[in-house]
Amino acid sequence: MQLRVEQGERLAIIGRSGSGKSTLLALLAGLDLPSAGKVRILGEDIVDLDEDGRAAVRGRSMGFVFQSFQLLPSLTALENVMLPLQLTGRRDAAALAQAALAQVGLSARLSHYPRQLSGGEQQRVAIARAFAPQPQILFADEPTGNLDASTGQHIIDLLFQLNEAAGTTLILVTHDMALASRCQRILTLQDGQLQQVTQTLARSGH
Amino acid sequence: MLALGLAWRQLRSLWASGEVRVLFLALVLAVAATTTVGLFTDRVASALVRQGGLLLGGDMVVQADHPLPAQFVEAAEQQRLRTAQTMEFPSMVSYGEQSQLAEIKAVSDSFPLRGELTIAAEPAASGIAARSVPQPGSVWLEPRLAGLLALAVGDHLQLGEVKLRVAALLQQEPSRGGDMFSYAPRLMMNLADVEATGLVQYGSRVRYQLLLAAASGPLADYKAWAEARLGDGEKLMDVSTARPEMRSALDKSSQFLGLAAMVAVLLAMVAMYLASLPYVQNSFDSYAMMRCLGASRALMLKVLLYQALLLAALGALLGAAIGYVAQSGLSMLAGRLFAEALPAAAWTPLLLGCLAGLLILLAVLWPQLLRLAQVPALRILRRDLEHSPTEGSRWLQRFSLLPALLVMALLLLWQSGDWKLGGAMLVALCGLLLVTMGLARLGSSMLQRLPGSHSGWRLGLAGLRRRPWLAAAQVSALSLGLMALLLLALIRSDLLNNWQQSLPADAPNRFMINIQPDQLDAIQQRLQEAGLHDTQLFPMVRGRLTAVNGDPVLVDNYTDDRARRLAEREFNLSWAADMQADNQLLQGRWWTASQHGQPLVSLEQDLATALGLKVGDRLRYDIAGSPLELTVSSIRKVEWDSMRANFFAVTPPGVLDGFDASYISSFHLPIGNDTLINSLVKAMPNLTVLDIAAIMQQVRGVMARMTHAVEYVFAFSLLAGIAVLYAALAATRAERTREMTLLRVLGARSRQLYQAVFTEFAVIGLLAALVAVLVANLLAYYVSVEVLGIVYAFNPRFSLSLLVLAALLVPAAAWFGVRSDLQQPPRRLLQSV
Repeated sequence: MQLRVEQGERLAIIGRSGSGKSTLLALLAGLDLPSAGKVRILGEDIVDLDEDGRAAVRGRSMGFVFQSFQLLPSLTALENVMLPLQLTGRRDAAALAQAALAQVGLSARLSHYPRQLSGGEQQRVAIARAFAPQPQILFADEPTGNLDASTGQHIIDLLFQLNEAAGTTLILVTHDMALASRCQRILTLQDGQLQQVTQTLARSGH
Repeated sequence: MLALGLAWRQLRSLWASGEVRVLFLALVLAVAATTTVGLFTDRVASALVRQGGLLLGGDMVVQADHPLPAQFVEAAEQQRLRTAQTMEFPSMVSYGEQSQLAEIKAVSDSFPLRGELTIAAEPAASGIAARSVPQPGSVWLEPRLAGLLALAVGDHLQLGEVKLRVAALLQQEPSRGGDMFSYAPRLMMNLADVEATGLVQYGSRVRYQLLLAAASGPLADYKAWAEARLGDGEKLMDVSTARPEMRSALDKSSQFLGLAAMVAVLLAMVAMYLASLPYVQNSFDSYAMMRCLGASRALMLKVLLYQALLLAALGALLGAAIGYVAQSGLSMLAGRLFAEALPAAAWTPLLLGCLAGLLILLAVLWPQLLRLAQVPALRILRRDLEHSPTEGSRWLQRFSLLPALLVMALLLLWQSGDWKLGGAMLVALCGLLLVTMGLARLGSSMLQRLPGSHSGWRLGLAGLRRRPWLAAAQVSALSLGLMALLLLALIRSDLLNNWQQSLPADAPNRFMINIQPDQLDAIQQRLQEAGLHDTQLFPMVRGRLTAVNGDPVLVDNYTDDRARRLAEREFNLSWAADMQADNQLLQGRWWTASQHGQPLVSLEQDLATALGLKVGDRLRYDIAGSPLELTVSSIRKVEWDSMRANFFAVTPPGVLDGFDASYISSFHLPIGNDTLINSLVKAMPNLTVLDIAAIMQQVRGVMARMTHAVEYVFAFSLLAGIAVLYAALAATRAERTREMTLLRVLGARSRQLYQAVFTEFAVIGLLAALVAVLVANLLAYYVSVEVLGIVYAFNPRFSLSLLVLAALLVPAAAWFGVRSDLQQPPRRLLQSV
């Protein structure tokens, strides 16, 4: 399998449960290692790096939005957004994080802990966390999977809006065709094979 | 800074959700236990030394048969020790027509350094503490001496060349310890008057004493200095040399206290280990996410280390503070029991307690934290990852207990202060862990074969099957906790029994010696009339050991002091048909009736060891000029602390018939009941009666105090045990709640769920208790017999009650833990888990 994603591209990967979408995402993000093959991120082969090296690449150039939000329960909304900035050593972490939270409309919720926030709010914090360090690549794994339809729609609008503004490369994993169709390119993963889906096919599937 | 901040926030949130609380409490408890027991034993030990010092009148005594060289006093003054000087000698005292042999004690103004003198104006009056020693020109008499001389306070008696006024009756004095066979009634006078009496001349038999006491510890320096300079006829005594029975009680109680402290620490360690399991479990996600966001391993380790250190520092400080408070509360309680206020606590136990806490927490937590630091970022996407550990983390898991075990071993050896005791604990501990792990594994593999079913108890067994590793950990921890508590309970009862038996309330407190054979009947009759029915009279013949297997016994043949003394002095031989009940035969055989009259002898163990004698040796005695050849037929152990008459050498009846014998008897009379004694001594002036009632009361007082100390510390360990049980249950609570909620959603009835909990924990409790009972009894046997040297009484009552309690209380407590969760609607719980 070969996959090349251009800078600034919006790519959706769709497939049934268990088709290996998440594994592919993990490989692309350097969260897991392929048994054979290469993964090059921004010209750097991350398979050759050690675990800390990959973590550094993630911290420097990747953002993540997960289905289950994955906020640190011990940190407030602001602190959650600050964390990746602090990890890369940014001194203006607090200001950047506040700005990011303002962008997702959560200025009034800075000092709330995740458990005090609704699902939609938590995912907005996660989006703010993903965009705050201005990553070059954003990985989104079923970002609406845990949300009701209208909240999910809201989140998706927000995600694409921010993505567009920042010009970030987006890799979106989902089983939702409607969601996927908002991307420039759709790939389906089936029996370990990636296939390009044409826009028309995508529409008719919808 | 980032790491510290993250560590602090993580800790705070874990605290809020409760995971870290058990861990923290266990740590606080461990530190509190070590410091309390450390501080308390420290203080009690020094109080006991002082209490023992009451028997000497000071912490240490330099004694000589000649005036002491000035250097001893000078050195003591240089080291700022308090000193007092005394002279003791026997002399006749007369009043009118009456005269009586008395033991004179002349004391300097600072006497006594420990304890106090109690005086009264009349024999029956209750005594008051004296503020000083007898003023020059006056004396204080023991009431018995006043009775024998028929005088009262205010009269003048004759001592040597001077007349001295009787100013008070001396009811109690410290320093009546020492050789209890040297007693005549006491007359106490001022040291300044001695010269005028003209009684002390060259060659007089006088005992000179220099008493020493320090505000706190540095007597060891003086001891070392003085010991190197002791000349002929000079010796150094402290509590341990002066009163061996006191020392043995003191040793035993401090060993027990050490053991109890050890147990508390052990329990707390187990609690911490169990508490760390859910703590780690619930932190996995956060750390995986941090990894995902780009945190390096070094940063994660730093966060985790800071977290552990923060926890340890807070726990240790709080624990030490609690330990200090608990210990001073205890001292207030004990202060009323002890004759003098407890000496101030030292700071070292506090520091050591903190240090131990830090070490314990790091040892217990560190392997778990390493697991956390190694969590793969991928876990964010795949929750099952922790169950398929990588090579590294499997290695970690296998050896994760190692640092904790090492620290435990270190603490055990340190706390017990005795490698035998610590070693035995360690072996028992490892054995227990192996057995419980093995049993748990065996049990779970047997459970695998059980057919599935939905009845409550099957569900419970399935719970065990699903979590074999956790079940093993729970069984081991519970078992360890139960074992430790049972061990303490067993040894405590052995120890207290032993003390009670060695000094029953009616233990003999008067010795009558020098009874002539023709006085036996008269004395027995008098004793009978006084209500003393089963008083035994032992014959006694004085003899000197002159040869062993034909080789003459010479003082120079022995290097050991004790052996040299034994070789040069006469000692008492007695005869008996049966061995005294409290003696214990170590080697050889006691004689049968047909052997009566045969030249055999049974020796006391210490004497045989000191002189190198064994069964079969031929001993030649010189008894009043005639030789007597005896063969050693047995070696006995004698309980010297029993205060009964006992003999180094005993022959069968008939062997000593040809020799002059006198008789000795011991019996119990209430304190102050001197009329019988006085009338006996008046009728038969050759009799000497030794009154050890006061000493016995002191010894008994010390024993009672030690009993209290033992009980208090025992209670403390019980608390620690309960904490462990709680932690053992709390460790799986979250998971169990989740599981039960799911079962509820799937339609399980509450009854079935309760049954499941009950079954699971009844099995765990019973398994744990079985192993605990086995190990604790073995260990208690070893500790009692080999370490403490006391009789071990197998006590099935404790063991049985433990089994029953464990099988009932453990599941009950577990049920109690999940009950509140089960009463909520499942939706709430599904959201919260």
